[in-house]
Amino acid sequence: MQAFEYASPATLKEALSLLGTKWGEADVLAGGTDLISLMKDYVHTPKRVVNIKGLKELGGISKTAAGLRIGAAATVDELLSSPLVRTEYPSLVQAARGITSPQIRNMGTVGGDLCQRPRCWYFRQGYGLLGMKDGMSLVEKGENKYHAIFSSGPAKFVSPSSFGPALIALGAKVKLASASGTREVEAAKFFVAPTSADARETALLPNEILTEIVIPAAAGVKNATYEVRHKEALDWPLATASVALKMKGASVGSAHVVLGHVAPTPYVAAEAAKMLEGKSITEDVAEQAGAAAVAAARPLSDNAYKVQLAKVAVKRALLAAAGKA
Amino acid sequence: MPNYSWPPMDQRKVMGKRISRTDGVVKASGRAKYASDLNRPGMLYAALLSCPYAHAKVRSVDTAEASKMPGVKAIRVVSPAGTEIQWAMTEVAVVAAETEAQAKDAVRKIKVDYEVLTDHVVEDVEVAKVGARAKPSGEQVTGDVDAAFKESDVVSEGWYGIPVLTHCCLEPHGQVIEWKGEKMEYWPSTQNVSGLAGDLGRSLQFPAANITVHMDHVGGGFGSKFNSDRWGMECAQLSKESGRPVKWFLDRAHEVVIAGVRPSAYAKIKLGAKKDGTILAWESESWASGGFAPSGMPPIPYVFGNPGSGIPNRRMKHLGVSLNTAPQRAWRAPNHPQASFLTCSALDDLAAKLNMDPLELFLKNLKYTPRPETYEKQFKKAAELAEWKKLWKPRGEQKGAIRRGLGIGINQWAGAGHASTCRVKIHPDSSVEVELGSQDLGVGTRTVIGQVAAETFGLPMSAIKVKIGENAYPSSGASGGSTTVGGVCSSTRKASVNALEKLYAAVAESLGAPADQLEAVDGRIQVKGNAAKAMPWKAACQKLGVNSITAEGENVPKQAAREGLNSAGAAGVQIADVTVDTETGVVKLNRLVAVQDCGLVVNPKLAESQVYGACIMSICGALMEERIMDEITGRVLNADMEFYKLAGIKDIGEIVVHMDIAPEHDKRGVIGLGEPPAVGGVAAIANAVSNAAGVRVPTVPATPDRVLNALARRNA
Amino acid sequence: MSFEQDPDVQKKGFSRRGLLKGIGVTSGVGLLEKGAEAQTTANVQGPGEVPITLNLNGKPVKVAVEPRTTLLDALRDKLDMTGAKRVCDRGTCGACTVIVDGKAMYACTMLAIDAQGRKIRTIESLAAGANPHPMVKAFVNHDAQQCGYCTPGFVMAATNFVERSATASLTEDQVKDGLGGNLCRCGTYMGIRKAVVEAAKEMKGARNA
Repeated sequence: MQAFEYASPATLKEALSLLGTKWGEADVLAGGTDLISLMKDYVHTPKRVVNIKGLKELGGISKTAAGLRIGAAATVDELLSSPLVRTEYPSLVQAARGITSPQIRNMGTVGGDLCQRPRCWYFRQGYGLLGMKDGMSLVEKGENKYHAIFSSGPAKFVSPSSFGPALIALGAKVKLASASGTREVEAAKFFVAPTSADARETALLPNEILTEIVIPAAAGVKNATYEVRHKEALDWPLATASVALKMKGASVGSAHVVLGHVAPTPYVAAEAAKMLEGKSITEDVAEQAGAAAVAAARPLSDNAYKVQLAKVAVKRALLAAAGKA
Repeated sequence: MPNYSWPPMDQRKVMGKRISRTDGVVKASGRAKYASDLNRPGMLYAALLSCPYAHAKVRSVDTAEASKMPGVKAIRVVSPAGTEIQWAMTEVAVVAAETEAQAKDAVRKIKVDYEVLTDHVVEDVEVAKVGARAKPSGEQVTGDVDAAFKESDVVSEGWYGIPVLTHCCLEPHGQVIEWKGEKMEYWPSTQNVSGLAGDLGRSLQFPAANITVHMDHVGGGFGSKFNSDRWGMECAQLSKESGRPVKWFLDRAHEVVIAGVRPSAYAKIKLGAKKDGTILAWESESWASGGFAPSGMPPIPYVFGNPGSGIPNRRMKHLGVSLNTAPQRAWRAPNHPQASFLTCSALDDLAAKLNMDPLELFLKNLKYTPRPETYEKQFKKAAELAEWKKLWKPRGEQKGAIRRGLGIGINQWAGAGHASTCRVKIHPDSSVEVELGSQDLGVGTRTVIGQVAAETFGLPMSAIKVKIGENAYPSSGASGGSTTVGGVCSSTRKASVNALEKLYAAVAESLGAPADQLEAVDGRIQVKGNAAKAMPWKAACQKLGVNSITAEGENVPKQAAREGLNSAGAAGVQIADVTVDTETGVVKLNRLVAVQDCGLVVNPKLAESQVYGACIMSICGALMEERIMDEITGRVLNADMEFYKLAGIKDIGEIVVHMDIAPEHDKRGVIGLGEPPAVGGVAAIANAVSNAAGVRVPTVPATPDRVLNALARRNA
Repeated sequence: MSFEQDPDVQKKGFSRRGLLKGIGVTSGVGLLEKGAEAQTTANVQGPGEVPITLNLNGKPVKVAVEPRTTLLDALRDKLDMTGAKRVCDRGTCGACTVIVDGKAMYACTMLAIDAQGRKIRTIESLAAGANPHPMVKAFVNHDAQQCGYCTPGFVMAATNFVERSATASLTEDQVKDGLGGNLCRCGTYMGIRKAVVEAAKEMKGARNA
């Protein structure tokens, strides 16, 4: 780890004043479960680390007029213990349970889950965000069994976020603060597939801090997350699906289907959502939705199996949401 | 000559009992000091710079700037200009500094100029792609193979593969060394306390007699920690150059990559058999790699290829593959898990082709094994515990998405005790010390030594002070090949009996009986069978006056079988029960049954732990772990514990261990148990997966991608 | 030069050099380029050693660390508290588990400077010797260790899991869910499952009594 100076601001305003204007100047520390490793591997070598964990403005989980507010620094454990979350948002609970290490749940924050960097082994070994060597994509030519099956651009890593897909499916927004003000971004637009190695995989700017997540009330919205996992112990899912279904009687009024771990961002499967409208969830319908969700998949050399996993994840998430799992 | 033989099975009071490990509390409470835990006054920390390329020549190494960095006290160039590097993460230079962070900072200032050679080869799964890196290493032919295939009613062909694994010891390789003029203190993490000074001394041209080795605990070895290694040698040099103690333990990435791997094994296997399942012919073309040096042929056909009585007609060709990857080291039962997997997979496929229950096929061919009766008994026991009759279904019969399957694996191992000398001291104050230059790799060496001594002296465990982990004690072999428990128990028994003879001589007069008529039982020395003519242990020891008794005992492997204290030849079988989700390819282990013969069991609790652990290691190998190489960069991609996947507590299902403790095994003396149960589990699980999936998943680990790909190929 | 004569050698963690260099709670002016700075009174410390106080096992402990020093390295290298082990060093294996403000955490993935003001419990806080902590005792009873290197981390994770559980009668399935953040290479999970179930009875029973 490269030496850095450490700032522990008392307020969000102070914290924002301590950030840099370019990536690489300052890093924001919350749970640390990703940042510390990134620094140990010299993938991040910030000059300054700004600790935001204790900031009151960033904590807590509460009900507001707009829905449910989750402070970015609320831990995964706090999320899981929140009765507010448990009653209306099973998809978030299931995603949180997928983080099978209690230690990570105790340390890691919801905001950190959204901002964590990709686990792509080429990125982590120093070949840059796009995993390039001598102008060649190591991901495409090399070992890509954990990589993207949906990607039109040069980024082939997968978004590692556990909550991203569920939050998008639920129509959440995130708030990003900077010294000059606060902006609100739809969760779906928070994630960005970078087109260059200098870019980042979220809309967050170097001088901004993700402060909170707001999820619309989901009473009557059936929602669920299904993760295909290799291991039960701490491990990254191979593919996940989060669904949210606004019901009209026994059939689906409108649907959101979002896949995780299959693309550089959570992947919004609009076709699957569309075909669900007006249908009641049966095994067959769920299966068809799974097929529709992966229709545009373009797997790499070693990860065609993930197309099947994503399809099954959608099916099982839908059946779980409909209470038919 | 004294009678060293073990007390009769039904008369043992300490041996054979489920005694908890004596160093359990100190370890579980974090008080145990491993070598990596040592903080010596003035100690420096070393950090390593290694080569990022799989094949390169070092043109120059410039340490000038690094040497000026804060806290730096010594730098060693390990791979100087001109060195040809044959695998990525080879050691290039190492820095010792006041803090680890300073050492790492300085490492980043070392400038190395490489001529990068781009001809590296790092993967061997497809032998056709490795070209001249594959070298034939002989052909073995027995019988008339072609005729036997003609005679066969059924011929089954398949290909199977098991990749390179890495030992991934939790305590990394490394040591603390304090070189002070003519003397050297050496705290390694090792499986070889008695042998390490000689090894280090040889490489340093330093008298081994002046090297003191200390090691109370070792955090895993599995066959990878026998030598002092380059890091030992360079750590010593850093200590010499800085005049300070130096600590150097590998970081996780280097530990995973360069501190030991198990060789791969791949094979195309053809079997010919009669309709009733009797195997007539075996033909195999295998290849394997354990790093830059090619790896030899695993012992196939495993167990069923018993010399003299094995499958009668066999032809085996093997290719050793040289890769630009770090060298292999011994791994718990070297080459046996691979051989068991290859052989049992081929037999299982043959059974499927014959529409035969594989259990029947294995039983039918036991005549080819060295111990048909033992295996038959074990298979029947394992089948009962695994509910084989109730749960087994023919391959491909199940149609649902979630399918259950059962599979078989088999093992054999030698496991006779290694050379070991034990020194026992009985002091006038009645205390007893037992000293051996041995180590506890996790089996509970201290505990079993204490049990043997306590049993022999008729004393409680608490009366025995067991001292291991110093090369100042009498020499004991390295802990490898399941040789430790047999070796140290035998030498401890002999030393204890010898010491007791001296004690008898000292008290014979007082008890009014000849020394050879005395015995030690229940804390007394007494006339045999006569508790009335007795003297408490303490009183007996007081008769020694001011002189302690010192006695030695030696286990000499060549004599051991004759003496009956330990012997070779373990056998065991495993049956796995898995559920395969055919929609996701995810495999869950429901149950793994291990039936193991192991001779005289000194401590059933510790013995079962060995089998449980071996089973869990097999689950990792069958379902999770594999080293993943990158062809382009030549680097290991999963040099961590995140993508180098090990099973967690929820990933292992239930494990049922049946130790075959019985008089007929007990009379064979102690037989090592570390390796045999680590052999057959991968085969059993792989066969269970194929049984459930309805199709052979040819390579392990049976990860979701491999399972789904196998299913897709069948459906194609 | 022998180490006795070396002026740099001071007691680890309290070197005069380190203290002098590290003191410097500056006022918002630091390493970043101008323009990135705003007027602020926030504490900015380091990158040299900074004196900190940790609340360790109920006692305040002073130590000087660079901001980049992890809690694990501070414990092991500076304070000679070596029960927590460094294994993966990337927040995966749990061998470094400590309990911070009542919750199990990875000490390898937390900065020591960030652990200030929080209640830290290490394995050294659990009784050893003749009357060990119930969890330690249960690990020994069920032989839930082999090489023992992962064990202190498991004991801490299990202790925290039991302390945070509502009930004394845990099932092995619950234990499996509670210990997903630790790995063992020797394969001691069967013993661990039984040990934690047994320890829970004693720990919770003792509390209720």
